[in-house]
Amino acid sequence: MNEVFSNFDLVLRAFWLTVQIAALSGVVSLVLGTVLVAMRIGPIGVLRQFATTYVTLVRNTPLLVVFIFIFIAAPNVGWFVHTPFLLKGVIAVSLYTSTFVCEALRSGINAVPVGQAEAARAIGMTFSQNLAHVVLPQAFRASVPPLGSTMIAMTKNTSVAAVFGLMEATGRMRFFTNRHADDAVGILIVFAVGYIVIVELISLASYGLERRWRAAR
Amino acid sequence: MTDVGTVGREPLVALDHVDKWFGQLHVLQDINLVIGRGEVVVVIGPSGSGKSTLCRAINRLETIDKGTIALDGQPLPQEGKALAQLRAEVGMVFQSFNLFAHKTILENVMLGPVKVRKQPKADAEKRARELLDRVGVGHQAEKYPAQLSGGQQQRVAIARALAMEPKVMLFDEPTSALDPEMIKEVLDVMVDLARGGMTMVVVTHEMGFARTAGDRVVFMADGRIVEENTPEEFFDNPRSERAKDFLSKILKH
Ligand SMILES: Nc1ncnc2c1ncn2[C@@H]1O[C@H](COP(=O)(O)OP(=O)(O)OP(=O)(O)O)[C@@H](O)[C@H]1O
Ligand SMILES: [Mg+2]
Repeated sequence: MNEVFSNFDLVLRAFWLTVQIAALSGVVSLVLGTVLVAMRIGPIGVLRQFATTYVTLVRNTPLLVVFIFIFIAAPNVGWFVHTPFLLKGVIAVSLYTSTFVCEALRSGINAVPVGQAEAARAIGMTFSQNLAHVVLPQAFRASVPPLGSTMIAMTKNTSVAAVFGLMEATGRMRFFTNRHADDAVGILIVFAVGYIVIVELISLASYGLERRWRAAR
Repeated sequence: MTDVGTVGREPLVALDHVDKWFGQLHVLQDINLVIGRGEVVVVIGPSGSGKSTLCRAINRLETIDKGTIALDGQPLPQEGKALAQLRAEVGMVFQSFNLFAHKTILENVMLGPVKVRKQPKADAEKRARELLDRVGVGHQAEKYPAQLSGGQQQRVAIARALAMEPKVMLFDEPTSALDPEMIKEVLDVMVDLARGGMTMVVVTHEMGFARTAGDRVVFMADGRIVEENTPEEFFDNPRSERAKDFLSKILKH
């Protein structure tokens, strides 16, 4: 335990890396997920097919396999060879999480009354204007709770990056437990508290958004 | 074909031998209808006769399988930008209002002009406030749809359609989701519009409106136009058995 506290800067730096991976992946997967859902409900058959296949494929693949693909398989065929580890981690987590974002948004879109989308078409909006101004803003609001859960799962999923040598929180925790196996429980508790703090912050933000958007109608 | 109403008017909407099927169901059967500029056509008929489908076909919310529909001499475009442009010229008011729930009343009315017509925000807002005043909900501009009564929401929906400066307005049972005490406030706005020379297609069973504002009644049954006449003639002397039967049923209420 003493070891952990006397090297607390290492702990903080590890969590800072976790936060960075999570924040970047969060933004990228929200954007990717939105693009995917737009393809899925859009008028172009090929894109619809692509998005459906992608979501089915990636959502049913273990995250570890996605990481292996990005960190080991892809560089073998010349992709991501010089990409920094942090970025590769973000790519793997985002490719995976975007499929869950897509599904959460799709349920949100189903909660938007069709009549509103029809009214938007009736005033001459194109498909993308309709999505941008009428359907998606409401779908996002309706999807806040599932999106919050998705972001929480994603934050914890960033720990898979430890397997590939990223010294984020879980990686640093293993570094400590390997050296001080007798203190494993205490070390685990310290890192668990760190994760709990991050997850609770996401929950709070999610509740806050939910409350604010419920008030505004 | 009778030419009640269209006589002496320039044709604005023209449906020519229009057919539509929903699977096996032949919902529109050889529909021929010309609506003149400034004319108010009231469409009436039993449930399931194809009134909504007819309305929705005119701004291509429903596609048709045969025949042609033209607006101002131009056939309706198939899809894409041209179709969106056409829809901007045809205002539509729905039974269930369909206001954008996440936008204020003012934003609901401004959205089309700003995003579709690319009007400057300030101009669009000025015009939107005028329209809201005209339909009597100007003081509610900053509220959200859910905070308004049904009648107020429907008047906002009318203002939203008018903001696009449409050539023709389609109303699909605009008052049938409303409590009785709110029907009049919506019909008054519609009568005003009709008096102002707007071309209107109105699906409604409100005979008072048809008599006051209608130039022509089109009676539909089973996907066909069975009878057309002036409101007075239609309600007082229906010719077809279907119309007589239908009128006897709605008059009982
Ligand atoms: N999207 C659809 N798919 C299949 N059938 C449909 C669809 N929309 C309408 N119909 C059917 O087409 C017929 C005509 O419907 P439409 O809504 O045009 O009738 P309506 O005259 O407006 O009736 P109402 O007075 O009940 O509104 C009905 O039998 C209806 O069930
Ligand atoms: Mg109908």
